[in-house]
Amino acid sequence: MMIDHPILGPRDAGEFVYMGCASLINRPDWQAEDALQQFTDYGYQRDNPSGGHRELWFHEGGDRSWLVVTRDTVTHAITQVELARDVARREGRSK
Amino acid sequence: MTQTNRLQGGMIDRSRTLSFRFDGKAFQGHPGDTLASALLANDVRLMGRSFKYHRPRGPMTAGSEEPNAIVELRTGARQEPNTRATTAELFDGLVANSQNRWPSLRFDALGVNDWLSPFFAAGFYYKTFMWPAKFWEKLYEPMIRRAAGLGSVSFEPDPDSYDKGFLHCDLLVIGGGPAGLAAALRAGEAGARVILADEDFTLGGRLNAETHEVAGMAGHVWAAQAVARLADMPNVRVMPRTTILGAFDHGTYGALERVSDHLAVPEKDKPRQILWRIYSKHALLAAGATERPIAFENNDRPGIMLAGAVRSYVNRWAVTPARDVAIFTNNDDGHRTATDLRAKGVNVTAVIDTRPDAPDGGDFEVIKGGVITNTSGRLGLTGIEARTADGGQRRISCGALGVSGGWNPNVALTCHQGGRPAWNADIAAFVPGSALPPNMSVAGAANGALTTHGAFHTGAEAASQILDHLGLSAPAPDLPEAEDGPVNLTPFWHVKDAKRAWVDQQNDVTAKDVKLAHQENFVSVEHLKRYTTLGMATDQGKTSNMAGLAIMAEVAGKSIPEVGTTMFRPPYTPTAIGAFAGRSRDKDFRPVRKTPSHVWAEEKGAVFVEVGMWLRAQWFPLPGETHWRESVDREVLQTRKSVGVCDVTTLGKIDVQGADAADFLNRIYCNGFAKLPVGKTRYGLMLREDGIAMDDGTAARLADDHFVVTTTTANAVGVYRHMEFVRQCLFPDMDVQLISTTEAWAQFAVAGPNARKLLRKVVDDDYDFSNEGFPFMACAEITVCGGLRARLFRISFSGELAYEIAVPTRYGDAMIRKLMEAGEEFDVVPYGTEALGVMRIEKGHAAGNELNGTTTALNLGMGRMVSKKKDSIGSTLSEREGLNEDDALKLVGFKPVDSSKPVPAGSHLMTKGSQVDAAHDQGYVTSACYSPNLGCHIGIGFLKSGHARSGEIIRLVSPLTGIDHEVEVVSAHFVDPEGERLRA
Amino acid sequence: MRYSGFKVIKEALTGHRGWGPAWRDAEPKSNYDYVIIGGGGHGLATAYYLAKQYRQSRIAVVEKGWIGGGNVGRNTTIIRSNYLLDGNEPFYEFSLKLWEGLEQDLNYNAMVSQRGILNLIHSDAQRDAFVRRGNAMILNGADAELLSTEQILQRYPFLNVNNARFPIKGGLAQHRGGTVRHDAVAWGYARAADQHGVDIIQNCEVTGFRIENGACSGIETTRGFIGAKKVAACVAGSSSRLMTKAGMRLPIESHVLQAFVSEGLKPVLPGVITFGAGHFYCSQSDKGGLVFGGDIDGYNSYAQRGNLPVVEDVCEGGMAIFPMLGRVRLLRMWGGIMDMSMDGSPIIDRTHIDGLYFNGGWCYGGFKATPASGFAYAHLLATDTPHETATAYRFDRFARGCMIDEKGMGNQPNLH
Repeated sequence: MMIDHPILGPRDAGEFVYMGCASLINRPDWQAEDALQQFTDYGYQRDNPSGGHRELWFHEGGDRSWLVVTRDTVTHAITQVELARDVARREGRSK
Repeated sequence: MTQTNRLQGGMIDRSRTLSFRFDGKAFQGHPGDTLASALLANDVRLMGRSFKYHRPRGPMTAGSEEPNAIVELRTGARQEPNTRATTAELFDGLVANSQNRWPSLRFDALGVNDWLSPFFAAGFYYKTFMWPAKFWEKLYEPMIRRAAGLGSVSFEPDPDSYDKGFLHCDLLVIGGGPAGLAAALRAGEAGARVILADEDFTLGGRLNAETHEVAGMAGHVWAAQAVARLADMPNVRVMPRTTILGAFDHGTYGALERVSDHLAVPEKDKPRQILWRIYSKHALLAAGATERPIAFENNDRPGIMLAGAVRSYVNRWAVTPARDVAIFTNNDDGHRTATDLRAKGVNVTAVIDTRPDAPDGGDFEVIKGGVITNTSGRLGLTGIEARTADGGQRRISCGALGVSGGWNPNVALTCHQGGRPAWNADIAAFVPGSALPPNMSVAGAANGALTTHGAFHTGAEAASQILDHLGLSAPAPDLPEAEDGPVNLTPFWHVKDAKRAWVDQQNDVTAKDVKLAHQENFVSVEHLKRYTTLGMATDQGKTSNMAGLAIMAEVAGKSIPEVGTTMFRPPYTPTAIGAFAGRSRDKDFRPVRKTPSHVWAEEKGAVFVEVGMWLRAQWFPLPGETHWRESVDREVLQTRKSVGVCDVTTLGKIDVQGADAADFLNRIYCNGFAKLPVGKTRYGLMLREDGIAMDDGTAARLADDHFVVTTTTANAVGVYRHMEFVRQCLFPDMDVQLISTTEAWAQFAVAGPNARKLLRKVVDDDYDFSNEGFPFMACAEITVCGGLRARLFRISFSGELAYEIAVPTRYGDAMIRKLMEAGEEFDVVPYGTEALGVMRIEKGHAAGNELNGTTTALNLGMGRMVSKKKDSIGSTLSEREGLNEDDALKLVGFKPVDSSKPVPAGSHLMTKGSQVDAAHDQGYVTSACYSPNLGCHIGIGFLKSGHARSGEIIRLVSPLTGIDHEVEVVSAHFVDPEGERLRA
Repeated sequence: MRYSGFKVIKEALTGHRGWGPAWRDAEPKSNYDYVIIGGGGHGLATAYYLAKQYRQSRIAVVEKGWIGGGNVGRNTTIIRSNYLLDGNEPFYEFSLKLWEGLEQDLNYNAMVSQRGILNLIHSDAQRDAFVRRGNAMILNGADAELLSTEQILQRYPFLNVNNARFPIKGGLAQHRGGTVRHDAVAWGYARAADQHGVDIIQNCEVTGFRIENGACSGIETTRGFIGAKKVAACVAGSSSRLMTKAGMRLPIESHVLQAFVSEGLKPVLPGVITFGAGHFYCSQSDKGGLVFGGDIDGYNSYAQRGNLPVVEDVCEGGMAIFPMLGRVRLLRMWGGIMDMSMDGSPIIDRTHIDGLYFNGGWCYGGFKATPASGFAYAHLLATDTPHETATAYRFDRFARGCMIDEKGMGNQPNLH
């Protein structure tokens, strides 16, 4: 597979390490009333779709960026690659 | 007499003669021959035995689709089982042996299977061999296994090497026949970066096998000229002997180049083969088509081959498989073979054409509407019986029979990403479907264009379209004149009522087996394949799948596409495992990481141990020491008595900098770091988000905004990845930067009562590191040896007064020598990982065996470290009930009641007097050693309710190693539990 | 029809005319007591034990394609019960015991071959872990033996010990482990279930669940609605795809695991061998092909195919321990879709929807589990209580913090 790194251009997927669904960015609030329930869902439940999937890849053999890659889990076609940090900020994460 | 079947002409180099041996007998051939063509030239048709019935077999094809003529090529460590004689290039001194026969190819004892074949119908083994149950492993299975299998391995390491390479191109052209050549020329001339790969050693495809003229010259001459033109283009790479194995994601293709297989041994320093990974923008599949046989009674005798293969042998290799040849066909191609044979003066005894309206022959007889009902000749064809249209029987003598049932486009690579071929009734074959791998096109016979003209035009046209995509323009095609005859074919798959008509020749699957599968409800293609083993042989069903499908369609009363399609998986042809492994074998299987003191340790005679990819000194034996324990005990005792030095560079080191660095560490570690003063180090425990301990180490605060984090050796990479995840994905606005400096600093532990005195001689004078000035857990950036920058940490894994000193890696070797020199007066010892392990067990420190991915802070005795006042990774989920049970496992120590007994790691713990079984399991020993300080074996491990059971005598069992004795539960801190020494 | 040596001989002499269908192609009825979704090994085994052991009737297995076309036909055929944790070991040992009597039970020769499985040890820490595991196996009633390198070399004299990157320091053997002819497992269960009256309905894809008031009353399929008192999902690899139709998210990701077979060879490997310092395990089939595999590709995928890097990684592992394999050719590679669960262990449990049951999350341990999975699932379906060997395989174990994590990799499925 080839991942079109937003900064570095197309790179072999072998340079990257896969983690999983990009929903792992949305870590719950530890002080929420139902934090335990929220963390359980966050940690263990997955959409696992057949089709488009937003997922986290780490450029371990490269610039050490975490990327959010949108990839079809049936065809493996990649339609979008973003810096995870940008995605995280867009989704409201900060400090 | 040699080469009795050699004809005139052909693409062989008659100026040179090559000697070779098959089954011990000497033969001769010429450069340009394959093993099969050379054997046929020498009138050898019998080349192998089939898998199940050990039927005598000869070559059926002239290419990589060969099911029958497979041999053990070469001898000794280079022996290659199951090598196709039809693709093995002849070289001087080649040695090949037939396989799957005993005692000889002509007389094979297991040929008896053939007589017993009624008992060995498809799937018979699922119905018997069940009684008595014990007999399977002891009797039936060994019997079956000995009879099964094909060639044998040498059992010796492969002496050759394999390389891997990476190529990039605009267009990968797969196949160097007329379509591929036309496309490559077109794209090459337009300036595209082109790779043209073909499995054959001479490009040209069918142009090399046919007598058609191309642009007024022999087809193979035109092909050679085209290849020469391509080879002259700097933007084109022509790769003969290169098979495209598979179409992988995003335009990546795997290719195998057989660099040296045509030589007796590879040239010096050259690999045998190269596995290429080709990154392409576009690919054009121009892999041609494979002829398919017709099934009829005894259609497998040596001498019976595909009609197109006969043409290849006659035209390319100037060999006829016999002096009298007959043809069996359902299309005009068979007639072409007869014509070519006649042109070379070979006698064509008859052309049996299944079509009543077959064309007339030239100077050979055509039996129209005829079929072959049987053949004769046990070890080689001697004749055929034909049934004529009027029902009459004819016996025709011949030593070879060319069979043509039409052509199947080579669609394999179009299926590698799940695409399904589509049925084309015009040629009665599957052609590539609509779902091709992205950016792949198909041209020529592979796409169903079965004429030379069609191949040229579709190849050039496909190239033009691809050039458009690439934004390149090409001049109008100037394509050579070539034949464009219509495909006249009437589908005909098998002669009915045959007792045994072979469909899959290698696996001995007959038309009747297909029918039996249907009868037993194995009707889907997948069931058919799996039940009968149709298409599962080394030829991957290239010549057999279609007939199997057609017969199934017939008995099921369905059309062929209704029954299913043939599917293909990589690799296109079987590929040496060595090629996939490349250089990653033996000592080079994985890289070796060496510590900065490695050379010095080698000089000292250290014994090394693999720790992940690292090699670390395990102990340093002195002359006279005969057992490793002597060395280790000495290193431990001397360290605790005076001072020892150990290279701890392998620990992960991560620099954490930025205004939010402390805050960041607060999130990473379950314990607090915000208030850690500058100049201090703190032990930190990192949890995974699921509350399980991930790693532990120290974080030293060198400045307000600068920490140095250490990790365990094993987790250095993973922890860094995790920290980057937390930084980039969870807290993207934190002002913090990370970099791994594991390789940047050489780090040494200096431990023991004299550690300070030793270091005083190394550290530059202006640093106060008296106990008061530099107390336990202090850290500082300092200089050593007169100005070399260094970092000093007062941390202790051994439990002694200890420091870790880090210098830039390039000074690591000098540093260890300096430390040893400075320590001479204290009788300093270097210690290895064993002594390190002993001292940490004596001290009760957790390490990898305890941080095993299932243990929590609570289990490790650090439950109270998990701060509830802050958000840190893992703190929430660590609160789950299952991780906080009253009798949770806790880390404790164990001492044997009988001090002579061991406490082996991996032993389980049982309450005294209880049953010994899993239900009563109380825990397990994680780490153990002989403690020279306590004079007995000790262990640490996890015990239900832990410390609450201190003093209890429990039972330690290891049924695996025959151990069952009593141990006392004690504190895990065997040495200096109060920590006085490390604060001294 | 009973299979026997006598019957084989009789049919051989009479032209094989007497063999009937191994199982009937059933038409779906309007309703059943039990509808099992998924005609793989586990689904067919569930139907069989439900009918035979638990004496239930009106059972159907619905299969989207052809039975046995999924992971039961795409694995490396290994059976073993060399597990560490108490949540797993009794279950897999129960499975191994069922394997041992399977052929007589089913009257079908699935070629259960207890040729032994060996895990190589390459470091002291690995030995400690394997000793703990071997002891856990024995304490759970399974067999285990710690072998020295010398003992291993007697059985595998061609192992690379002299020029190896990672030394071989022994191995943990389970002699009762081995291999089974995988397709035959599906066919054997199908035939036996069929003989107990189970309807096997092929080419019938589930398009939805009929769920009202928190209870499931049947399934919508491409062949119409099929009512059922109990609906049992059993489609590991596609679990998320299926359960989404019931509105459920699962603690599961789908990943592709590749497997490989070499060309046929005369006997090479006596048993199953697993390399402990790389990703490679291998056995030899009765036909002579070396069947081998390694790690999953590592990214979510529903494509039954993988990519080159893992092929190379696995072959590197093979060459590392068996450098004689260099000239052996890899014949075929294929991919199966694994239900990779969050702790590497399966789930056999009721769902929160009445009448809807779930079996999945088998990671790459599904094949060896086939008999016990079917048995335990049948037990759950028939009695609404978990089978004694499968009490830990609950959905709520993650919320409770009772993970069964053999590898200690945590909630990252691609690491299990």
